[in-house]
Amino acid sequence: MKRLVFLVPLALFAIAMGYFALGLGRDPAKLPSTLIGKALPAFDLPPVSDLSPGLADRDFQGRGNGDSGARLLNIWGSWCTACLVEHPFLMELARAGEIEIMGIDWKDAPGAGAAWLARHGNPFTRIGDDAEGRTAIDLGVTGAPETFIIDAQGRIRHKVVGPLGPATWQTEIAPLLQQLRAAAANEPAEGSADAR
Amino acid sequence: MRADRRTFPRLALAALILGLLFSPAFAVEPDEVLADPQLEARARSLSRDLRCVVCQNQSIDDSDAPLARDLRLLVRARLKSGDSDREVKAFLVARYGDYVLLRPRLGWATFVLWAAPTLVLLGGGAWVLRLWGGQRRRRPESRQLFAPPSESGPDPLSPEEEARVIALLEASRPAHSAQTVDPA
Repeated sequence: MKRLVFLVPLALFAIAMGYFALGLGRDPAKLPSTLIGKALPAFDLPPVSDLSPGLADRDFQGRGNGDSGARLLNIWGSWCTACLVEHPFLMELARAGEIEIMGIDWKDAPGAGAAWLARHGNPFTRIGDDAEGRTAIDLGVTGAPETFIIDAQGRIRHKVVGPLGPATWQTEIAPLLQQLRAAAANEPAEGSADAR
Repeated sequence: MRADRRTFPRLALAALILGLLFSPAFAVEPDEVLADPQLEARARSLSRDLRCVVCQNQSIDDSDAPLARDLRLLVRARLKSGDSDREVKAFLVARYGDYVLLRPRLGWATFVLWAAPTLVLLGGGAWVLRLWGGQRRRRPESRQLFAPPSESGPDPLSPEEEARVIALLEASRPAHSAQTVDPA
């Protein structure tokens, strides 16, 4: 019986190894969002340029263009190189009419965002200018680019940290949009005349 | 020691190094500092407990990242508008999660985290004491250097064992040793 006592340190080590195996596999740079399932925080941002109107949380109420009725909220900046990497994909999504894309121009100098969009194209229906960064903090943003999926009731359903690409779209976003589409089809229309 | 012309430069260098070692490192810029020194002190101490979510292993007080500066300004703005320390922390945790606190809150989930070092120390210490106590009982001759002779020693012999010892000693004594009692 005394022999078994010597197994205790081994057992503790095994338990510790279990925790390490779980924890070390996670990327600490990707903070899980605390806002999933909650409503968008209130904000009202001025426009970046004459091309698109400003952005407020009320702009996410009601069905967006595209099948699922959801919208993307993309945090970007002209200083952000990874945003340039994901930009062609956003342009493609906008051209295909797949989903409505809203943008927040985070911590940009005046005019820099507009110039960047003029050079690379504008996939956004509306863009808010968050020069101070307060709205980004309210959204729990830690870097750019980050993309939120917002449903037709203005609730945050998912967050993608880092550039959005076809792979992430397939694995994370398309299934969620499918879910939202199905949910929208099952629900009775909430006072909107264009229910399918 | 004798002072010569190299002493002063050496002392100056030592003073410089010590001064640099002990000077506080922080990233707060002059335009962030609040006018009210009490509020500023609270802001600094709060900042030291909040993680810079970009650099992740620095507090926002230490980090030069732009987001850290935004968070420092936010902390000061909330303190100015009358929030308590706990309210400011709750504000940030609501947006970034518990990870933003450098010191995890003490709760049921984090109890193991906080208590584990103490528990392991106590448990390990108790284990070591048990092992040492056992050794003392089983190997008394190892203590003879430290303990008075009367306390140590093997168990006393029974009468039969004693008779056996005497017989063995008699048998092993060499034949000519009886002559040692002769006067020289």
